[in-house]
Amino acid sequence: MNAAINAGMRAAADVDLSVGIGGLTLRNPVMPASGTFAEGLEKVMDFNRLGAFVTKTITRELRAGNPLPRVVERPGGLINAIGIPSKGVPYFIEKTMPHYAAYDTPLVVSISAPTAEGFASLAAELSVPGIAAIEANISCPNIEEDGKAFAMRAESTEKVTRELRRATTLPLWVKLTPNTGDVPEVARAAEAAGADAVVVANTILSMAIDLKTFKPCLGNIMGGLSGPAIKPIVLRQVFQCAKAVKIPVIGCGGISTAEDAVEYMLAGASAVQVGTATFLQPAAMTTIIDGLEAFCRRREIPRVAELIRGVVIEETDEPDLAWLDPVP
Amino acid sequence: MSIQRDQSLMAEPPVAAIGGGTCSPAPWKASVVAELAEVVRNEAVNAEYRHLVANCSEEAARAQPGQFFQLLCPQPAGEQPFLRRPMSLYGADPDRRQVEFLYKVTGAGTRGLDTLRPGDRLDIMGPLGVGFTLDPNWRHIVAVGRGAGLATLAPLAKAAKANGTQVTAVFSARRPGLLVSVELFHRHGADVIAVTDSEQTSGPANVERILRRHIAEGRCDAFFTCGSSRLMRVQQRLAREFGLPGQVAMEQQMACGIGLCYCCVRDFNVNGEIVNRRVCWDGPVFDLMEALP
Ligand SMILES: Cc1cc2nc3c(=O)[nH]c(=O)nc-3n(C[C@H](O)[C@H](O)[C@H](O)COP(=O)(O)OP(=O)(O)OC[C@H]3O[C@@H](n4cnc5c(N)ncnc54)[C@H](O)[C@@H]3O)c2cc1C
Ligand SMILES: Cc1cc2nc3c(=O)[nH]c(=O)nc-3n(C[C@H](O)[C@H](O)[C@H](O)COP(=O)(O)O)c2cc1C
Ligand code: FES
Repeated sequence: MNAAINAGMRAAADVDLSVGIGGLTLRNPVMPASGTFAEGLEKVMDFNRLGAFVTKTITRELRAGNPLPRVVERPGGLINAIGIPSKGVPYFIEKTMPHYAAYDTPLVVSISAPTAEGFASLAAELSVPGIAAIEANISCPNIEEDGKAFAMRAESTEKVTRELRRATTLPLWVKLTPNTGDVPEVARAAEAAGADAVVVANTILSMAIDLKTFKPCLGNIMGGLSGPAIKPIVLRQVFQCAKAVKIPVIGCGGISTAEDAVEYMLAGASAVQVGTATFLQPAAMTTIIDGLEAFCRRREIPRVAELIRGVVIEETDEPDLAWLDPVP
Repeated sequence: MSIQRDQSLMAEPPVAAIGGGTCSPAPWKASVVAELAEVVRNEAVNAEYRHLVANCSEEAARAQPGQFFQLLCPQPAGEQPFLRRPMSLYGADPDRRQVEFLYKVTGAGTRGLDTLRPGDRLDIMGPLGVGFTLDPNWRHIVAVGRGAGLATLAPLAKAAKANGTQVTAVFSARRPGLLVSVELFHRHGADVIAVTDSEQTSGPANVERILRRHIAEGRCDAFFTCGSSRLMRVQQRLAREFGLPGQVAMEQQMACGIGLCYCCVRDFNVNGEIVNRRVCWDGPVFDLMEALP
């Protein structure tokens, strides 16, 4: 790091990497994406360097997860249908939480439930000391809405967020799905109902077929695409959401380098989550933190938070996308 | 920033074994590394298997038998393997700082490995997983392997020798020309019994006869196996009959290799209860009696 210091650059201590996310101050804007992080990563990186911990989504009931195979690779991306294997709340509190208690890094717990009521009671149960924020993964099927994910519609997002808001005083992050026509509208619904931040976004619904057997590659037939392949799509959604809401947007999708993180912050993200990149480079998150600091130094930006919403748009009008979506 | 924590939640102390202690003020140090190793050799050993030797860090070269690495395979022409590929440790030399792999070219990733030449760089991540354990009291162990399973068992022969334990290796292959590592096992003083499909000696009945003979002669204090469910079942039966311990190295498709993603799970029978375990994190070496084919 030190070797790369240009002439005229500020001293290392000058770069302030901290960001504020709905009531929490993080030491830097880099954290893991739910489902791509667990205790084992402590063998690879110093957990005291991360902006936050984000757990794999947990549910109230015990769940086994999806049939195998659970992942298939495609160029630039990974399709997963892990499902949400979960050992339930008592196991989480007794066995998982202590792993993280020794670190001075906020613990964000990701939760999921099939009903708004289920979400609320889970959030209440997990509003215990040691948990810094709740991330509601509302990309799972809502049984009251015929299996459509909550985050596919503004109304169901608003309802589940409102119930969650009533159930907990902890900072509430709502993780949206990219698999809907109008993500900014959904983000606005989450904000209106009391979310402290939105995470944009979960994986993109997708599929792969094996040409030898003509069968789907995944045991679950369909799965979620993640990795570099989805970055341009989710970056666009972060840009749109950041314009639509005042609460912080946390960007998540295909981030594997500090440059990706900077791009997300310029598009409007206040922090970023790193998922699939960790599978390829286990220390990706700390490399990104170092890279963000180096980027700010190079550009003489004293606070990384100055990057947020920093994209320069010359035109004030909405970009014209009519050709993408012609009106008959 | 710091967070208020309820001390009652801490009644059960944090598991300190991970990564060498979580509370200690000593500076944190990685125990799993991803690094660019330098290829020293990458040559065919027979029609199917290739032997790769690479210079690496001391941490990587300290890998134990049964552990594995996640290799970021180079992209062969026209293909784009995205994930890393798990490969068992075939040999490790901490003094020379080298690791060795023995691999079969099967798909995009291993075709990419095949393109490596001496001097090329290979991104290796490891050592990963739980390896084999050797009881110092064992005087004679029997290792049964087929296919790439032999690669996984090979470093065991060296460790057993250092332990003063005699090894009999029963190797199974389609035909004699595809047997690998025979000399390596010989070098470590192991007896090698080869069984092949082409000579019709590899059937479970014949392997069972061989194993029973070893047990009868008092030359089997434990079983080790990798690479064949059929042969594993034979050993499970004998282990139960004679009350012998055993270990099996298992395979499953992996994404992260370090316990994060839950794509590599398998079912295990633990005291009559079926439980799900991650092969990369809880294994790849498991108790023989708990493994399900
Ligand atoms: C712990 C462990 C140790 C292993 N050690 C060795 C070894 O020492 N030597 C060796 O030749 N092979 C070994 N294998 C198998 C090896 O990982 C696969 O052959 C390899 O991943 C195939 O990759 P590919 O791109 O060539 O094949 P592809 O068929 O293109 O692979 C496609 C996908 O399937 C997965 N896959 C394919 N075959 C296997 C398999 N048998 N087991 C698990 N996943 C698979 C790949 O990782 C990849 O995700 C090991 C597997 C595991 C899990
Ligand atoms: C193997 C795997 C498991 C995941 N599990 C969860 C999960 O339990 N909860 C969740 O909200 N998102 C889950 N995700 C989605 C990620 O958190 C993230 O939104 C997505 O992977 C996009 O980011 P990336 O491209 O950086 O991976 C999972 C992703 C992967 C690859
Ligand atoms: S490969 Fe990710 S948990 Fe085993």
